[in-house]
Amino acid sequence: MEWEVVIGLEIHAQLKTASKIFSAASTQYGAEPNTQACLVDLGYPGVLPVLNGDVVRMAVRFGLASHSSIAPRSIFARKNYFYPDLPKGYQISQYELPVVHDGWVDVVLDDGSRKRVGITRAHLEEDAGKSLHEDFHGLTGIDLNRAGTPLLEIVSEPDMRSAKEAVAYMKLIHQLVRYLDICDGNMQEGSLRCDANISVRPMGRHEFGTRAEIKNLNSFRFIERAINYEAERQIDIIESGGSVVQETRLYDSGKDETRPMRSKEEANDYRYFPDPDLLPLMLDEKMIESIRTDLPELPWDKRDRFAASYGLSDYDAGVLTTARGTADYFEAVAAGVEDAKLAANWVMGELAGALNKAGIEIEASPVGPDALQGLLSRIADETISGKIAKEVFESMWAGEGSADEIIDRKGLRQITDSSAIQSVIDQVLADNPQQLEQYRAGKVKLLGFFVGQVMKATRGQANPAQVNDLLHRSLDG
Amino acid sequence: MHTRTLAELAAALRDGEFSSAELVGHYLDRIETLDARLNAFVTVTREQALQAARSADHARAHGQAGPLTGLPIAHKDIFCTEGIKTSCGSRMLDNFVSPYDATVVRRLKAAGVVMLGKTNMDEFAMGSSNETSWYGPVKNPWDLNKVPGGSSGGSAAAVAARMAPAATGTDTGGSIRQPAALTNTTGLKPTYGRVSRYGMIAFASSLDQAGTITASAEDAAMLLGAMAGHDPRDSTSAEVPVPDYLDALGESLSGLRIGLAREFLDDGLDPGNAAVLEQALDVLRGLGAAVVEVSLPNIGLSVPTYYVVAPAECSSNLSRFDGIRFGYRAEDPKDLTDLYKRSRGEGFGAEVKRRIITGTYVLSAGYYDAYYLKAQRVRQLIAGDFQRAFEEVDLIVGPTTPTPAFDIGAKVDDPVTMYLNDIYTIGVNLAGLPGMSVPCGFVDGLPVGLQIIGNHFDEGRLLNAAHMYQRETDWHRRLPDGFSPEPA
Repeated sequence: MEWEVVIGLEIHAQLKTASKIFSAASTQYGAEPNTQACLVDLGYPGVLPVLNGDVVRMAVRFGLASHSSIAPRSIFARKNYFYPDLPKGYQISQYELPVVHDGWVDVVLDDGSRKRVGITRAHLEEDAGKSLHEDFHGLTGIDLNRAGTPLLEIVSEPDMRSAKEAVAYMKLIHQLVRYLDICDGNMQEGSLRCDANISVRPMGRHEFGTRAEIKNLNSFRFIERAINYEAERQIDIIESGGSVVQETRLYDSGKDETRPMRSKEEANDYRYFPDPDLLPLMLDEKMIESIRTDLPELPWDKRDRFAASYGLSDYDAGVLTTARGTADYFEAVAAGVEDAKLAANWVMGELAGALNKAGIEIEASPVGPDALQGLLSRIADETISGKIAKEVFESMWAGEGSADEIIDRKGLRQITDSSAIQSVIDQVLADNPQQLEQYRAGKVKLLGFFVGQVMKATRGQANPAQVNDLLHRSLDG
Repeated sequence: MHTRTLAELAAALRDGEFSSAELVGHYLDRIETLDARLNAFVTVTREQALQAARSADHARAHGQAGPLTGLPIAHKDIFCTEGIKTSCGSRMLDNFVSPYDATVVRRLKAAGVVMLGKTNMDEFAMGSSNETSWYGPVKNPWDLNKVPGGSSGGSAAAVAARMAPAATGTDTGGSIRQPAALTNTTGLKPTYGRVSRYGMIAFASSLDQAGTITASAEDAAMLLGAMAGHDPRDSTSAEVPVPDYLDALGESLSGLRIGLAREFLDDGLDPGNAAVLEQALDVLRGLGAAVVEVSLPNIGLSVPTYYVVAPAECSSNLSRFDGIRFGYRAEDPKDLTDLYKRSRGEGFGAEVKRRIITGTYVLSAGYYDAYYLKAQRVRQLIAGDFQRAFEEVDLIVGPTTPTPAFDIGAKVDDPVTMYLNDIYTIGVNLAGLPGMSVPCGFVDGLPVGLQIIGNHFDEGRLLNAAHMYQRETDWHRRLPDGFSPEPA
């Protein structure tokens, strides 16, 4: 039987605020345990939450960008359960009335087709602390630095039909929250993570199957593997006559499998009710409009514009707009060179490779857009060849100066003087009589050998087109 | 000096009749002599109080005294006080020393008010008799066999016996007004949102409000001015300007429309209390006010509504007392569940547990709509009743309690009868209105209170009516035998 996988994601985006959602404590990652938890985060007797306005603006930014409705009135509720890393014994979250609801995004798949994914809702909530089970001699340590960190939980419709679609959607959200500057997108540190709801059904059937929820997936690779594993598992169960149990499961990346979480943790009745310490969150049209005006160009708009105004392929436009930093860099370079495709190739090729190898972000690139533009101009005016340009780029990366300085200092200027090239060719032919004879006897493949010899003799600086042209004349003439 | 009101003491300090150090020393001595009989204080902060009094005298000597500088006060032990035990009347917090001051405490401190100590209370403010305190019941100075009311029973007894000229309290369902009525003191529960709740240990967040127990309405006006106002740390504190409450005092009641709630005069009202209430109404009429009957048709649903909403909120508010970060922790827990169960089982008393269980139940899946949601709807109806009444009248009056103080132990085994003691006060909390209890006479030697209810943020008019009534009567000046003379 053919099966269809149905996937919905609940993505937790940690909002990029300086302070927590309900207190003034810092949200900086990686501090000593419990040094960034104030009395409010610690749930001390008598303290009260006060909503951080930045958090609201960020949620609205996301809502507007994802074609969602913004609730004029939304409510913070308490989700009650006991756990040592949950200081108050309840988590403040939005339950019945979230601030953002009913939106959608279009995801571009590998084959270039577009897939619309519905956004059911996006609500604000506080994160819990962390329980540390190692190094405490059988006891559990509690770090409350993360307690009260603002999260936007983005819940999708069950619109995805494969692990690849789910990953593409996750990547789009990753891209979007970074464009909007509301989340740093650092999945390793947990700034962006997701739970996946997965079910399977016979192809063509309308009703959903029973779903399992896979918790806390924090890399694109894990999302893909966890979904594939889980779908296979469910299909195996059904095909062997069993039925899928609705449950929460964990993905073990070491073993590449999912397994059930202890059912005890699921038995909670969270007893949600509106938090009486917080007033309803009221948003007026004026505020929403001012946030709308302030939105940056969104990734899909940028991608379309890049394709149209720079004459790039959809693929290139997509790659260049993956991150706002890359897009900005590309535009700065392209502004000064005629050939946008050349700029695109360099940004996606040499530059991306070097950044990747060094493990740094484009914003911190040692070769800035102006410097790269200087280099590309020398390719365009044929001062150097593309091959030599790569050598110059390496020197620029190493901080040896601008393209022009390096070209001059190292004498890398391209040889375009035909008579100079011709004399090198003459010398090469004279030095290789045997190969010349074979060539003329019909082994035309040897052209490459002669080109190589000429380039070698000119240390790569001869204009390759001219070399080709003159060699043909000398050999065939 | 202790027979004077706070306003009179302020004048005496201003006139240099005595120093704050002398005044504070006098009250501390009274506490030392008298409190063994009353158990009104959990903590007496003698050294800090004398130190603060000397600072106040110093400030006065340098011309830096405000209207409240150097005046002593007692704080209900529900307000967090930096460096001082804040127990909330519970074993759970018997070892809790707050690292910060509640906004109420901080504001009064900033105004130069000197804290004498922390007063006893029903555990987590849950009670109407002060019998649920971990520190034992507080006695009523008017009859040591009687309860002083609750939950602010320690504050009420302390002021009634003039061990403090004034005290703070909190009122969730009557916890200021009811003990004030039973101890012949003046209790003010302001509008919900008038005074910051920051640092006030939460019982039921949508109902809790800080206020005062004083010897007069004028004293309440003095303190409210310093306590009230928006606090950025409390989102539910209102951004409504604070008027000069003292300035509003002394205005004639002529033309004032006062509503008598018909539903308050039910079978539950003790005939003695009813007679005293009638006399109080005559006084108000004599002052020029028109007393008309109004109806609050849904007020009879107040008690059951309250006993859904308040326990629901408390069941969640008290979750933080888990033995992990502060407060009582069971010894040698064998695992996490055991730690939770025994810390909470041993740390909380019976009434607190009863309300946590009730609240957990009404919020549970399957019961939420039938209880919590329905209670919230009824709450709207009750608030609506008051709003309709306030279209016709300026203030509403009625009894504060159905009976005078009852015997210690009389109702401890019957929570429902105990809960009915707040039948006239609870609706005011559900509607978020300001209310007062003013001494208005005695029944069999026990004091009785007149409840006056105002519209939202209309404390000025409320205080003025109480003040004018007190200018006409001397009930509030009467002190219990055995607590009035100067200590030897």
